[in-house]
Amino acid sequence: MKSPSRLVVCIAVLGALHLGVACAGFFAPYDPAAQDRAHPYAPPMRPHFVDAQGSFHLLPFFYAQELRAGSFDQYEENRARAIPVQFFVTGASYHVLGVLPLRMHLFGGGDAPLYLLGSDEYGRDLLSRISVGGQVSLLAGLIGAGLTLSIGLCIGTVAGFLGGWKDEVLMRIAELFLALPWIYLLFAMRAFLPLTVPPLKAFLLVVMVIAAVGWARPARMVRGIVLSARERDFVRAARGFGASNGYLLRRHILPETASVVLTQAAILVPQFVVAEMTLSFLGLGVPEPVPSWGNMLASLQHYNVLVSYWWMYLPAVAMVPFFLGYLVLASLLQGGDRTSKMDEALGEI
Amino acid sequence: MSERTAGWVLKGTALAAILGCVLSSRSTASFPAQANPKEEFLRVSGDIGRPGGRIVIALRSEPKTLNPLISPDATSREVISTMQADLVHINRATQLTEPALAKSWKVSTDGLQYTLTLRQGLKFSDGQPVDVEDVLFTFRVYLDEAVHATQRDLLIVDGKPIVVRKVDAQTVTVALAKPYGVGERLFDGLAILPRHLLETAYKEGKLAQAGGLGTAPNQWAGLGPFRLKEYVAGQRLVLERNPYYWKTDERGNRLPYLDEIVFLFVPSADAQVVRFQSGETDIISRLGAENFSVLSRQAGNYRMVDAGPGLEYNFLFFNLNELGEKAPAEMARKQNWFRSEKFRQAVSLAIDREAIVRLVYQGRGAALWGPVTPGNPRWVNAAIAHPARSLDKSRQLLAEVGFKLTSGESGEPRLVDADGKSVEFSIVTSASNADRAKMATLIQDDLKQLGMRVQVVPLELRSLIDRVMQTKEYDACVLGIASYDADPNPELNVWLSSGGMHLWNPSEKRPATDWEAEIDRLMEQQLTATNVAQRKKFYDRVQEILAERQPMIFLASPDILVGAKKSIGNFHPAVLEPYVLWNVEQLYQRNGAENARR
Repeated sequence: MKSPSRLVVCIAVLGALHLGVACAGFFAPYDPAAQDRAHPYAPPMRPHFVDAQGSFHLLPFFYAQELRAGSFDQYEENRARAIPVQFFVTGASYHVLGVLPLRMHLFGGGDAPLYLLGSDEYGRDLLSRISVGGQVSLLAGLIGAGLTLSIGLCIGTVAGFLGGWKDEVLMRIAELFLALPWIYLLFAMRAFLPLTVPPLKAFLLVVMVIAAVGWARPARMVRGIVLSARERDFVRAARGFGASNGYLLRRHILPETASVVLTQAAILVPQFVVAEMTLSFLGLGVPEPVPSWGNMLASLQHYNVLVSYWWMYLPAVAMVPFFLGYLVLASLLQGGDRTSKMDEALGEI
Repeated sequence: MSERTAGWVLKGTALAAILGCVLSSRSTASFPAQANPKEEFLRVSGDIGRPGGRIVIALRSEPKTLNPLISPDATSREVISTMQADLVHINRATQLTEPALAKSWKVSTDGLQYTLTLRQGLKFSDGQPVDVEDVLFTFRVYLDEAVHATQRDLLIVDGKPIVVRKVDAQTVTVALAKPYGVGERLFDGLAILPRHLLETAYKEGKLAQAGGLGTAPNQWAGLGPFRLKEYVAGQRLVLERNPYYWKTDERGNRLPYLDEIVFLFVPSADAQVVRFQSGETDIISRLGAENFSVLSRQAGNYRMVDAGPGLEYNFLFFNLNELGEKAPAEMARKQNWFRSEKFRQAVSLAIDREAIVRLVYQGRGAALWGPVTPGNPRWVNAAIAHPARSLDKSRQLLAEVGFKLTSGESGEPRLVDADGKSVEFSIVTSASNADRAKMATLIQDDLKQLGMRVQVVPLELRSLIDRVMQTKEYDACVLGIASYDADPNPELNVWLSSGGMHLWNPSEKRPATDWEAEIDRLMEQQLTATNVAQRKKFYDRVQEILAERQPMIFLASPDILVGAKKSIGNFHPAVLEPYVLWNVEQLYQRNGAENARR
């Protein structure tokens, strides 16, 4: 009784997180590509509640940051210039869910730049980049996992259900794919793409490649379950009553694989997010100025960034709730008596 | 701190330039009293050092070769410069020539013949004496087409190779077909080779393969301050003191001071910084501005020096190659834009160079409007205009050649050409060079404000070079060139339309435009002009044409940023290569105790 409610909480939290990222343009105060060249590597602004006159503000306000004279990355607060937080301001245009154009942002600093999480080497707002960058990274995870699972499910089912030499051939191919060093395959793929492919298209192609390479593991798991389900008494009985292969698969065998597929999905999504991040980290993912968590973290490859600007680690922090959510989901789906729990979970949803 | 240091270096240069003249004329005649009278030393000024000890330096890559005939990369050049010597040498600090293996030289009045007198008692690092035959052998090898020496082109004057003749055991004459503008600078960088070790290889036609890193130390010799001791593949190259070196300090002590130089192979710039910080290496050079500020900020047992702008210039250029029939229609359309001078001028006007210097180099660099950097005061054309960034003027220029500003789907500005096609192109840049990738990203944003849609494509360096030089499949590219000498001549193959490094349109059969033809003429004229003022006039005009026609849109030049442990004496970095090792024979370890521990 307890577990399903935890499952619901987990799914609700994940859903909220995803919805937030889908509407990133609204929560992000700025265009993620907009450069503010007067404020490179600005640290996160500190919220203040008590102003210079000593009066208390319920809503926090900020002081403008200005470069220290003669320095290129050292800032000090200008106490003479307070920035109140304004809500529902009009700013850079963006698209909600990729379709609905809007200009309204949850908050902003008016004329003065407001960098809650600091800025990067071009003076781009990190909060905006992290939230919009999440769209790319998570989309890669979801599309990649979806594709991989569909391929894996088809191949695993065919292999497990038909058996014989077909099974042998398919499983040997799967082993081949397991042994392939996919990162080199991706390097090769990326090198073949022409220069002029728009960044997002190139990126989707790459995601498809990861998916096409990653099907082997889910396929083997599905095959195992199909293989055992095929020999169950009720399946044999159904076959005895003259059920067709299609009916058997649809009605008796595929439902058996549901728990494995769902668990795999919960494991694969973060895995593919990591794959995207790895590629972008190596400069093979989405190019500048489109943000993704991976290409944001790529700046940490430079020693000076690593030791000087701690806020550049924040994209790594941003992915923690997502990964945690997916992993908790996976363990909830996997734990205990699978079928009954799955039924309950599905029933509650 | 940086300004102060730069000022010091500049003042020092002027002072040293004067000193250099005095010294060079004096040193040719000076005999160190206590030395063997048969040996004519070159006495150099500087702090009197302490003999012994060693320094450790990290190299970005393993040198490809120790053979000065085929030194293709900066790392090899750096190592070779510590092992070889030339007849006449350009002092990296004063940028003036001074006597080296030749103790003196004379130029005939018509400028066609140089007479060089060798020092007496010179010995190679294996103890074999040097004589005129070695010099003759050296020039024969450099001039032999079959050897493919990189320096050969510089020895061909007016299409004819120079002729070197023996006069007596100490003297040679060098005859030129035409007066040569560079004068005795010609001899800098031409390492005198040991005939006794290389003649067999030369006769067998295997000279290019000689001098690999695996060469046994007793099979390799030079006239530089250090000689080969040990090479461990993938780890280090150890050089030891050449006991026969021909320079002394002012007290007559034979140089070099150090017993050993250890070159460690540390492939990444960041790893080099960490090693330097931990004290594993003594000297660090070729630093990026960001790592330089990290090291400057964390006070340590080292001194960081901003030597001022170097000779490296970074630029953006468009693909102006004649692609002929095979070119896709889209490329032809793009080239129509790129070929328009006003388009290129508009792009140049829209680029925020000040932001590049500030964001890419953290202010440790200089904005550029021409290929000659402020680090090269003798050749820079000060009259070249430095137009401030102006998007308005830029838009105006674009409008003059038929581009129109419209607005895109979500209201962003979009530039279309006369046929209504939107202006989109990609800029390729080297993925391994973070500075240039950053420049490209800044330019991308600058051009967005003109309504151009630019994609930045970081490529692995080799495939980038392949695209620019071979397949010519690119739209625009951000690259940089770092010349090893302040003189315009090493740049010949960049500016001559037939040059292989004429990047926007390499190796043209005949000049594609009138102004390229004019540059060709001017570069030839400066080559044979006899005095510097005249050469400068021609080269000034070249710079003017480049600034006007903008085949390359010059962006910025980084400062030479280096550092050394405080214990290293005579550390005077220069803005010419090799930045920190040019006076390696004078470097010494101050602190004996610390050194003994290692």
